[in-house]
Amino acid sequence: MQALTRYISPGWLLVAPFFLLVVAFYLGPLVNILWLSLTDPEPGLGNYRMLTESDALARILWTTLRICAITTVFSVVIGYCLAYAMVHAHQKSQNWMLTLLLISFWISVLVRTFAWLMLLGHNGVVNSGMEAIGLIDRPVRFMRNELGVLIGMVHYMIPYAVLPLMANMQTLDPRVMAASRNLGANGVQTFRRIYLPLTIPGIVASSLLVFILSLGFYVTPAILGGGRVLMVAEYISVQLLVTLRWGTAAMLGTLMLIGVLALLWIMSRFMRLTTVFGGGATR
Amino acid sequence: MKPGLFDRLNRVGAWMVLLFLVLPALIAIPVSLTPKRFLSMPEGEYSLRHFRHLFTSPDWLSSFAQSGIIAASTAILATTLGTLCAIGLWRVTSRNTEIVRAFLLLPLIIPQIISAMVFYRLLVPMGLIDSYPGLILAHTVLATPLVLITVSASLANFDPRLEQASRNLGASNWTTMRRVILPSVKPGVYAGALFAFILSWDEIVVTLFISKFNVYTLPRRMWNGIRENTDPTVAAAAVVLIAITLIAFAISAVIARRRAQGAASKD
Repeated sequence: MQALTRYISPGWLLVAPFFLLVVAFYLGPLVNILWLSLTDPEPGLGNYRMLTESDALARILWTTLRICAITTVFSVVIGYCLAYAMVHAHQKSQNWMLTLLLISFWISVLVRTFAWLMLLGHNGVVNSGMEAIGLIDRPVRFMRNELGVLIGMVHYMIPYAVLPLMANMQTLDPRVMAASRNLGANGVQTFRRIYLPLTIPGIVASSLLVFILSLGFYVTPAILGGGRVLMVAEYISVQLLVTLRWGTAAMLGTLMLIGVLALLWIMSRFMRLTTVFGGGATR
Repeated sequence: MKPGLFDRLNRVGAWMVLLFLVLPALIAIPVSLTPKRFLSMPEGEYSLRHFRHLFTSPDWLSSFAQSGIIAASTAILATTLGTLCAIGLWRVTSRNTEIVRAFLLLPLIIPQIISAMVFYRLLVPMGLIDSYPGLILAHTVLATPLVLITVSASLANFDPRLEQASRNLGASNWTTMRRVILPSVKPGVYAGALFAFILSWDEIVVTLFISKFNVYTLPRRMWNGIRENTDPTVAAAAVVLIAITLIAFAISAVIARRRAQGAASKD
């Protein structure tokens, strides 16, 4: 025992239980799934060849990427304005704003999706409200299409977009902006030439975070899409639970995993990952 | 510097976005008070019948209890594992710790649909599909990284010399851990336990894959209710969940304030 602790720091003994749990019960089956994508139903690249052969699969991938990209753009632009207002607000209103943001962050995704179902439906509150004030003649289709999925996803992702942006904006030195104003630049110029470039790390980190989270998002597209907007996550679940085709599901999972890990690697070059995932926990 | 017109407009916009984030969920309140038997807005008349149903139906009550049991077990296990792990990583000073830390955060970062496949693949051969141990195991793996993050954040503010002082004064490893380290990371441990509880309490994607009918958690029952889209009891459940969220949020705010005070008093 003594000889052992001389070479291995005793701290590792505390790390070991969770480390072994992850290796045995997470990494193990994960590697098994990667392996399945190459071997089920028969060894070879058959599952990956389907990407070029199957139109349905190509359409699902394209839908997923398009929806994720649009969600990212809207969430980050709205999130940027929100983060800017929050960082530059007085302490007291900043606290209130942060409280509202975190409450929305904490409300269960099921509750929120249910709320959108009530609001956006054919006879939902939004449609009957707009009809009542004479804005529209007949109900607008907000649901069971991409519009509904986008509304639900942007609503869910905005808090995730705001947190890394705020972390980034809080580190900026206000004297730099003041110097720019003193040197004769107006507000717009200062923002475009100084502030915006300084916040690019935050923008990149928040875009990547939202994009990663959107890629695997399941609940909102499944319910607000109403089966008409098929994204990769829902397709995987159908493959596993209904048609029992592990090979296809494993192949799509592998692609998603590679994509996510690549994006995380890019993100780690712009920001410490623990800052992003700690939700403001500084380290 | 006087705020310009643009800043002021942006501030108004920011408040509107915040209301857009919070208000939609509140629609569940009027819908839950409808006197009708189907999902609808109440028109002049209100009734608490759906809340009565929620709190008397054996199905919903058992889902509340099951979710509570699973979330509490997950919180206990995840907090223990995550706290030990965070302290361990903090004590080891080697360049490998950051790699190990990133590896251990993977279950949190990898999309849930992939985690769902992973646990489905794991639990079927083990015969643990649709069982308490299976769900608790899966939720623990997913929740422990959260504890790791919060406890590590607390440890970042902890002065390592305190540990050395305790050891120099003759305390054993175990005593140092119990009397010196754990008390000073308490806020992180509590916050982590709360996050772990909420994660498990809310978890739906993995749960959909690894439970069938023996174990029917609250999110699972809500998911079904939302899919069927008829029974207003779902709205009542949503209202209860919002209330629980607000309570949990208040608790976490108190913890955060205490942590801030603790950090301030040390300086």
